[in-house]
Amino acid sequence: MDKDTAIIVEGIGKRYRIGAAQERSDTLRDLVVGSARRFGSILRGGKARTGSDTIWALKDVSFDVKRGQALGIIGRNGAGKSTLLKVLSRVTDPTEGYGELRGRVGSLLEVGTGFHPELTGRENIFLNGAILGMHRREIARRFDEIVDFSEVSQFIDTPVKRYSSGMYLRLAFAVAAHLEPEILVVDEVLAVGDADFQRKCLGKMGDVAQSGRTVLFVSHNMSAIQRLTQESIVLDKGRVLLRAPSAEAVDFYLNRGLSKLGERFWEADEVPLTAKPFVPLAMRILDKNGNVSDAVRSVDEFTVEVEYRLDEAITGLRVGYYLNTTRGEPVFTSFDTDDAALFNEYTSRPAGTYLSRCTIPAHTLNEGRFFLGLNASAYRIKRYFQDDQALSFSVDAAGSAGTHWPEPRPGPLRPQLDWEITKKA
Amino acid sequence: MAEGSTAQQIVTLKPSKGWLGLDLAELWRYRELIYFLTWRDIKVRYKQAVLGIAWAVLQPLVTALVTTFIFERGLKVQTGGPPYPIFMLAAWLPWHLFSNALTRSSTSLVQNANLITKVYFPRIIIPLSSILSAMVDFGISLLILLGALVFYKVPLTLNFLWILPLTLVAMLAALAVGLWFSALNVQYRDVQHMVPFIAQIWFYLTPVLYPINPTSPLGTTLYNLNPMVGVVNVFRWAIFGESYGYQPPSSGLLISLGVVLVLLVGGLVYFRRMEKTFADVV
Repeated sequence: MDKDTAIIVEGIGKRYRIGAAQERSDTLRDLVVGSARRFGSILRGGKARTGSDTIWALKDVSFDVKRGQALGIIGRNGAGKSTLLKVLSRVTDPTEGYGELRGRVGSLLEVGTGFHPELTGRENIFLNGAILGMHRREIARRFDEIVDFSEVSQFIDTPVKRYSSGMYLRLAFAVAAHLEPEILVVDEVLAVGDADFQRKCLGKMGDVAQSGRTVLFVSHNMSAIQRLTQESIVLDKGRVLLRAPSAEAVDFYLNRGLSKLGERFWEADEVPLTAKPFVPLAMRILDKNGNVSDAVRSVDEFTVEVEYRLDEAITGLRVGYYLNTTRGEPVFTSFDTDDAALFNEYTSRPAGTYLSRCTIPAHTLNEGRFFLGLNASAYRIKRYFQDDQALSFSVDAAGSAGTHWPEPRPGPLRPQLDWEITKKA
Repeated sequence: MAEGSTAQQIVTLKPSKGWLGLDLAELWRYRELIYFLTWRDIKVRYKQAVLGIAWAVLQPLVTALVTTFIFERGLKVQTGGPPYPIFMLAAWLPWHLFSNALTRSSTSLVQNANLITKVYFPRIIIPLSSILSAMVDFGISLLILLGALVFYKVPLTLNFLWILPLTLVAMLAALAVGLWFSALNVQYRDVQHMVPFIAQIWFYLTPVLYPINPTSPLGTTLYNLNPMVGVVNVFRWAIFGESYGYQPPSSGLLISLGVVLVLLVGGLVYFRRMEKTFADVV
């Protein structure tokens, strides 16, 4: 292995048993009953169940990363990104293949791992630091810096269960950001917090990348990927489709993976078993003429449509979406039963195939690219399905409010407001 | 891990095969994590309970009071010497340490599922630190026993130092069984409902509330297969000396120790074998 190489991965594959989630023996009783059944079917001359119900979450993944390089990893939900990071951070073993990581590895698969709600901020900094692989002396030395960065110094001796979610995340990220590994593996930490804090996190990530450390960065935030990484790989169905300079990889991904002309279909293997009995079928954007499109105009209304099937009736179901900017900033969230009257009418939705659709009025969105995330849940009971990056589309602002000035207008919204100008006597 | 270490750390990723040994060097590198997780368990337990540390004091006191009333006054159990409260406490201490550590370690992996699926570290740290956290209760109970000894004017001898290795054996026994149960519990959640029941039966099979003097040599040997019998008996000897006719450490303790070691090695092998699937299954 070359001296300048920090990470090398050769033919890594990871196989999961589909039954592992569905049919694993959750209790000893199931084990006993299951074994008896299998034994019975063997006696009757049937075949014992073979291990054919498996899927490869990763297959033949090979790449290398030079020391000091920042590599982005992009792909749809279920493409294998998280599995790859889990293998790289040694949380789980690969089924086949070989890899080598040179240097201390720090992984941020989720900020706040190991935080305990009963412990104070101070205590959690030490605990979380130790879990992430820092030494006590190291944490003590950087303690003030961490607290400063988190902006929660007044509450540092308060149990974190009393923190707001924003404070909690800031503290969690602050600890993680002060970990100084030679190889940093990061998964989607920037999807959290307010826009200000996200900027701060991105800045910190940039520092890390610039200080000569090796970074592997998974994100749905395409502008962050382009800003922080030179090169990216695109994963799909567990395989590496492309490795290219990040701008090119992002283009490839946006054009190919997500936005099939404003329509997204879900295949069976993209839907986790936990979604049952909800089955997402498609999500699409229709322009004012009713045609599927991934580019709409700010001056026209357009429609968002979700098609899904219920294999059984669901009580309290709501199907809706999050509208986010490509930076991950939320714009708004809406559900099909937001109207209390509709919610009462559909208290229980019987089995069948449904369309939930709504129209977004003209003069709502500013120009730019947006993501639609799908969510199907029963409030406080169960989240059946969620895909944060179901669909992307772009908005053209031509002709909308204020476009006679050829300047970019910040902000995701571009409402046409009724201004009144009066002259004071 | 090691701060300022000059040697480049190389991590290899490959499918794990066969019977992995216990990597003590790695465990040593992660010693601070063992410390912090133990500290967390202790801190959280006493923070959440309303009575806090008082709970650890009340438990041995109330147990001693109730059992004295029932077994000595009610059932007229003959201890063969020492007053019943200290007779009972001297055995209850190592027993309680064992059962407490065992119960806690059995559910430890499942309770820390969020860590296991997010960060790498030697998984054995989790049951290990939950066993270490049981030491606090033990320490408090020990102070109460010492108080009772002063009250009953029982003199301590140098034999008392024997409780150090005995405590270690009790904890190793808890670790040995805890490794099995915690790994099994990852896959079969009803193990955690079985553990309190098993601990209960085990308690009756261990001479904590009653004295034991099997008459036949075979009976003694069979009895010593329960490692806690050896621990409990020698613990009483360490505290009362031979003044009440307790036997000093003998071959019986060695048998117990052998059983613990066999269970421990088996538990380690099983744990290491299952460890690589924890993150996928838990």
